[in-house]
Amino acid sequence: MSKWSVALILIAVAACGRPSDGPGGKRVVIQNKGSDTLVNVAQAWAEEYKVVNPDVAIAVTGGGSGTGISSLINGTVDIANASRRLKDKELEMARANGIEPIEFIVGYDALAVYVHPDNPKDEFTLEELAAVYGEGGSFESWSDLGVDVPGCSSAEIVRVSRQNNSGTYAYFKQAVLGKGRDYKMGSRDMHGSKDVVDLVGHTACAIGYSGLAYATDEVKLASIGLTDAGPFVAPSVETASDGSYPIARPLFMYTRGEPTGVVKEYLDWILSDVGQQILSDKGYAPVKGISRGD
Amino acid sequence: MQAGPKSASDPLSSDRRDAAWYVDKAVQVLVFVGGISAIILIIGIFAFILIQGVGFLASAFDLREFFGSPRWAPTSDHNTTYGALALIAGTASVTGLAMLVAVPFSLGAAIYIAEFATGRTREALKILVELLAAIPSVVWGFIGLSIMNPLIIHAFDVPVGLNVLNAGIILGLMAAPIMTTIAEDALKAVPDGYREAAEALGATRWQIVFRVVLPAARNGLVAAVLLGIGRGFGETMAVLMASGHSINLPTSPFDSVRALTATIAAELGETAVGSEHYQALFTLGCLLFLVTFVINLSADLIVRGVRRR
Repeated sequence: MSKWSVALILIAVAACGRPSDGPGGKRVVIQNKGSDTLVNVAQAWAEEYKVVNPDVAIAVTGGGSGTGISSLINGTVDIANASRRLKDKELEMARANGIEPIEFIVGYDALAVYVHPDNPKDEFTLEELAAVYGEGGSFESWSDLGVDVPGCSSAEIVRVSRQNNSGTYAYFKQAVLGKGRDYKMGSRDMHGSKDVVDLVGHTACAIGYSGLAYATDEVKLASIGLTDAGPFVAPSVETASDGSYPIARPLFMYTRGEPTGVVKEYLDWILSDVGQQILSDKGYAPVKGISRGD
Repeated sequence: MQAGPKSASDPLSSDRRDAAWYVDKAVQVLVFVGGISAIILIIGIFAFILIQGVGFLASAFDLREFFGSPRWAPTSDHNTTYGALALIAGTASVTGLAMLVAVPFSLGAAIYIAEFATGRTREALKILVELLAAIPSVVWGFIGLSIMNPLIIHAFDVPVGLNVLNAGIILGLMAAPIMTTIAEDALKAVPDGYREAAEALGATRWQIVFRVVLPAARNGLVAAVLLGIGRGFGETMAVLMASGHSINLPTSPFDSVRALTATIAAELGETAVGSEHYQALFTLGCLLFLVTFVINLSADLIVRGVRRR
């Protein structure tokens, strides 16, 4: 059974690989894949777009920014979602395959730092976070930070991080640890934003980071300050939009070459007021107008 | 009409190539291909993994770093290191603990099923053990993540319950059924004459089991344990979910670790095909393949040893 079903699925995937502006009401499928941070909002867009244009179906898959970009390079998706910019190496590889990725910024995401609700500490400076997460950083226990966490008798800081190809991992590294500095070894590297929040919610000693949209009632959101003096800003859609929250990042969509036809219509709709309202409802900060990266 | 029965009864030596001859040849080829397909597949898979990893082996691979450094940092900006020591230690510690759990369990179960249980109890136990082997590994991983994690935190007052202990127990329970089945076969293969002779000399049932049956079935039991170890080395999903996935040289069962298999599973999907990182992951795959191959091969040779006697 399996061999044939695999073959059939492969044929089906190959057939859907390119959007074909087929004649007369034929259903067009746009393949959209990538960032786990963006996957919820991408799904919401796809759902809503069915109403706007019933002839276009959008197939959304997660898997991480790297997965989406690899698929774009291999030519199997029409739009790749990414929570980080394309690396130079990836750009080269895409060009080698005859694909020129075009970048669109579709929103902003506040990267929230989560702790367990029982943890009394709710303000962190970037420097403190770097000393917790960064290689050579001195903070190993909660007492180093001057707090006593109930239910965490060992006081060990359980660092929850992401697998090393995630866009969230890359952004946190660049924005908090600074360029060129690595993470400390020994963090628990979760395989998705949701897993990070789950683990922190069930572990008194834990600290973790993920997109604000993944916040639940089981975790506490920390306010972030640039220096000891503050001001400490809580992550929210507003503070990400106005730039006062220090670790907010752009979210990208990449197309294969200058978008045309249905893909262009879809992207225009995403950047319209309607599309941006959906993004905002999901906990991300909207962009003003169309923004084209370099 | 007279030639018919002759060619049908001896189609290969007949000059007549009728339908039966072709059917015979076709089935012969089919059976031959089926027979050697396993070998072709094994060689093919190993060649594939090796070819994917060979670029790394030829360029960035550093033997001392690979086996000596615990720093696995393939995406570092300025200090890319491919140290697999922590990953090897992770896999070894989890598998070792799993065997501590699985060996007593499975040997006990096998001895009970083979030597003591009778009739319905015996049949029911055999079916249940085989049923246990059919639980998917992701379900085991889920048990580790959502049931064992809080249990371990509360029972031992440790910061996090995703660690060697958790993954070892889960993996031990996963490996136990297959080890039980093989160990039971080994015990059954001991001729009844041994037991009868021992009984005639006045040995009790425990004496028969420990002094006669277990030594006689030694090779089969060792093979059962080795296959369990092989299972532990290769298991991915459950270990990924229960071990904490953290690069660490474990010093206690409460340390989180990361396994070779889990590293490949977590990172391969997001690396650019053909990059150094991608090739390094295939090199880890080569290492895993070699280790499990050696373990399974020695298990097989040991079992053959037992049959020959």
